Amino acid sequence: MTSRRIVRGLLGALVGLTALYLVAPVFIVVPMSFSDSQFLKFPPTSWSTRWFESYFGDDEWIASTLASIQIGVLVTIASVVLGTLAALGMVRGNYPLRGAVAGLVLAPVLVPYVIIGLAVYAMFLQFGLTETTLGFVLIHTALAVPYVVINVSAALFSFDRRLELAAMNLGAGPVSAFLRITLPIIAPSMITGALFAFITSFDEVVTAVFLSGPDLTTLPAKMWSGVRVQIDPTVAAVSSMLLLVTLALFSGAGITRFVRSRSGARRNPGTAEPDTVRQTQ
Amino acid sequence: MACQVTVPSTRERVSAHDADPAPAAPRPPRRAGGLLDRWGSLVLPLVAFLLVVFVLPLAFVLAQSFTEPEPGLQNYTDFFGSPVYLDVLANTFRIAGMVTVVTLLLGFPYAYLMTLAGPFWRGVLMVAVLVPFWTSLLIRTFAWVLMLSDTGVINTVLREIGLISEPLPLLRNLTGVLIGMSQVMLPFAVLPMYATMRSVDRRLVQAAEGLGATPLQAFWRVYAPLTAPGVAAATLLVFVSSLGFYVTPALLGGPGDVMIGELIAKQLSGVLRWGFASALAIALLVVTGLLLALVARFVDLRRMLGGAR
Repeated sequence: MTSRRIVRGLLGALVGLTALYLVAPVFIVVPMSFSDSQFLKFPPTSWSTRWFESYFGDDEWIASTLASIQIGVLVTIASVVLGTLAALGMVRGNYPLRGAVAGLVLAPVLVPYVIIGLAVYAMFLQFGLTETTLGFVLIHTALAVPYVVINVSAALFSFDRRLELAAMNLGAGPVSAFLRITLPIIAPSMITGALFAFITSFDEVVTAVFLSGPDLTTLPAKMWSGVRVQIDPTVAAVSSMLLLVTLALFSGAGITRFVRSRSGARRNPGTAEPDTVRQTQ
Repeated sequence: MACQVTVPSTRERVSAHDADPAPAAPRPPRRAGGLLDRWGSLVLPLVAFLLVVFVLPLAFVLAQSFTEPEPGLQNYTDFFGSPVYLDVLANTFRIAGMVTVVTLLLGFPYAYLMTLAGPFWRGVLMVAVLVPFWTSLLIRTFAWVLMLSDTGVINTVLREIGLISEPLPLLRNLTGVLIGMSQVMLPFAVLPMYATMRSVDRRLVQAAEGLGATPLQAFWRVYAPLTAPGVAAATLLVFVSSLGFYVTPALLGGPGDVMIGELIAKQLSGVLRWGFASALAIALLVVTGLLLALVARFVDLRRMLGGAR
């Protein structure tokens, strides 16, 4: 019995350290971004906001941030439209080559980004699409759309189509039944998908490094050039700001989801854990 | 269970034996290879989009690997004939293998404790696994640079408490790559193993102990084999994802730890070697594809990759 307790204690300690290893290191960027030093020594010897000033005072940083936001918004719109349509087709329709289509839709998440980056760079050079908003929107939409399809098709699978039939029995046309019954029910999943689509585009480094240049650089590509050879401490300031924004966004989404799964848990125990994985390279 | 078995729905099995076509139902049974209907045509815009934006460039790279700078297999013979490049390939597999081992060793106890913990602690552990997905890969890798450098957090703390006098070499070498990549990949190991472990009936372990097995025997001979599908899924998923890494090894590794992803990118800086870069990309794509086909036998990829249920 006591040996079992010791094993449990050791297990708990190991897992606690692992959890710390997963979470803690990210937050080091926050104190470091207030360091006065050029070299990001730990612990900072004196504090200042000079790296934040260097970010806000630099046109290139601001331009790349605005470019990333603009691309992210366009990608979100495009992938929600394309992804929702495709999810409707995949769940409700008949079409040939089902397996191949499912594979095609998932492929952008599974193929290493460096291959995709090389491929679109080669291709976009032929059409003058490198360093353009359109080029970024096209490839980021391909990378982001699987998350919309996955989220929306999951919602459609659990949607009871008799609700639509009931609405039509009561006199609604198919379009108004869809707009007034189906759409509101799948909307939360579309929003989750949209959030993922935006973050996928906004965080994406690898294809961005291939496609960026003097005419157009996204924020991650700009950050990449600020850490690749010599570290520009401005990156620490940008990182802390982004960290706070993404955590706020996702904890908002996570809390909504948790509350919803809580209220659903009574009917259907065991569905409370979100298990959402993003491609990370 | 993480392993996915396709069972046709009762309706489909019944209607296969019936002379009658299936009656009109809220969700008509889908036939594999059925003809395009009105709902089905909604798939077309996305399929067309992905064929143009995603598949066409990959086909272009495939073609380029045989035609640039001149037609032939030269790019592939260059790659497989040069010890320097084979070293990079071996390095890639070695690093991916080591990352897989580290994540399994840390992930298995983690997933196991999640199944034992109460709802609160399970939630805490789940959030710790998911936080890495909420933060950008570049920021996390950059944070590791700050942690591991000679004047970084770890070396400073160890020096302050007097454990070391010279900074440990943690950055720009294999140690740095392993620490950084394992952190990124750990959730990919924990989630499939947890999904499997959650469905294991713990009374089987108690029964084994009741029949005279020691706790270790009961764990090893009853519990561990039941979690094998999850462990297999985790192993393959981590390994195959690690092969294509670029950002983390490029920032945390040294000249000796170049992986194939970085080698591909390098071909385009300075002298442009399109054909060779393309051949490397195709080699990586083929290996990734084959391994993923293997993964798909153990785990529902769609659920792993974005599963709102």
